[in-house]
Amino acid sequence: MSMLHLEYQVPGDDFTRAGEASGDVKHKLKKLGYEPDAIRRVAIDMYEGEINLVIHGGGGEAVVDVDPDRVDIALIDQGPGIPDVEQAMQAGWSTAPDNVRALGFGAGMGLPNMKKYTDEMTIDSTVGVGTTVKMAVIPGRK
Amino acid sequence: MTVKEMADACGWKLLAGEDGQDNQAEGCYVGDLLSWVMGRAQAGNVWLTVMGNLNAIAVAALADTSCIVLCEDAALDADAQKRADMQGIPVYSCTPNLYETAVQVYEQLK
Repeated sequence: MSMLHLEYQVPGDDFTRAGEASGDVKHKLKKLGYEPDAIRRVAIDMYEGEINLVIHGGGGEAVVDVDPDRVDIALIDQGPGIPDVEQAMQAGWSTAPDNVRALGFGAGMGLPNMKKYTDEMTIDSTVGVGTTVKMAVIPGRK
Repeated sequence: MTVKEMADACGWKLLAGEDGQDNQAEGCYVGDLLSWVMGRAQAGNVWLTVMGNLNAIAVAALADTSCIVLCEDAALDADAQKRADMQGIPVYSCTPNLYETAVQVYEQLK
């Protein structure tokens, strides 16, 4: 059991609500007295993840477990899946449609940013079934 | 210096987020692609952009930039204004372009 267990539903195709879950986690970590750099990294990772759920996953679930020495984040969707994870991880690679790009997203930086700011990251994706991204932020690393 | 002091010196107009005007301005970042900014801007940066939507406010809040400056009179959406007020994220407006504004910020931070 983690010290704090949080679950959020992220609706699909609603950009106005993206950031609610990451904002809430950031707020709670601040109250717990977490180190500012670790809080910032968690917030960036989670927001990128939320945006991915909105753009690509058709919505999904964000699960966060907070312990004194690490924060674990899981983003789970039943969307179309990622055919080539290695390609999706490349900076600049994006399948986001034009309307998403007009909002300032779709630069192909989401997964690379998540990788950059996490200490551990795994992507488990099956085409037609969905994607689960697991990340961990460990305060004091990076 | 605070973002309010910088705004006064540069002639920016406050559009939202009055409560955050005592934030310290530390460095500057220029960009419109939100994930790019999210990944590169540093905490405390004055963020110069033309993106005045709700997601820009979320990026500023999560990446801890000290304020947003909408250059070239770029508009701030009504829902974004509300969110910025709620979260105390100062959003300013100015007429000069991104380059000219960046030069102004550089002069102030020198």
